[in-house]
Amino acid sequence: MTAPTTKPMPADTHESAGDPWQSGARLRWSALRPEHRKHLLWLAALLHRLSGLGLALFLPLHFIALGLALDGEARLDGFLRWTEAPLVKLSEGVLVFLLSAHALSGLRVLAIENLAWHGHQKWLALAAIIFAAALAVLFLANTL
Amino acid sequence: MNVSLYVWQRGTAIVMAPMVAVHLVAIFYAAGHGMTAAEILSRTRGSIGWAAFYGLFVVAASVHAAIGLSNVLGEWTPLRRRGAGMIAVVFGVILFAFGMRAVGAVTWP
Repeated sequence: MTAPTTKPMPADTHESAGDPWQSGARLRWSALRPEHRKHLLWLAALLHRLSGLGLALFLPLHFIALGLALDGEARLDGFLRWTEAPLVKLSEGVLVFLLSAHALSGLRVLAIENLAWHGHQKWLALAAIIFAAALAVLFLANTL
Repeated sequence: MNVSLYVWQRGTAIVMAPMVAVHLVAIFYAAGHGMTAAEILSRTRGSIGWAAFYGLFVVAASVHAAIGLSNVLGEWTPLRRRGAGMIAVVFGVILFAFGMRAVGAVTWP
């Protein structure tokens, strides 16, 4: 019995979307974006992580800015005048979104880990994102 | 998974959840009632309450962010637990130092 001369091609199913560069196979674009990455809850978890990173990067700058008060009101005022620029205000709106989204999605994680399972996770995740966005829009409406 | 770090991260999250709500209310209040240095500091200077609130917020945020950063570095970079942990500790200490300085700056009479 002779050994097969070619490697069997994997079935083109999403379940076999492991290594997109399997030898002998053409690149399957679906493998670059596996099914789970299209799931709302996966995206919500990614938003939770990215918002956390964004806030972690912002916090030291926030603390440095507030520390300007040690040099007197005039110094802090100079910085606050800079924050009146529309682009800065827009960034502040994004930060309000990140803080709200991170806190609300964090509450959902705590609920999943400590309370009875709730089946409507997609709706909860969507509600958290929408509420966070609404807060950001409200902030911008009040300040711009 | 390190159970102790898991508990500290979840614990600080629980502590901070209502604090984030208060902070968001404060943001909206400040945005609507004056954002000059004099106006902000008139609301915070000499306030033991705000000093205690934001002091606790800084401590909790420093711990929470450091553990979170350690998790992200361990999962998204080639760093292993020790390297990620060291960077996270340094970051947490920096956050704590700058944070307490900021609290002092806006609440010290």
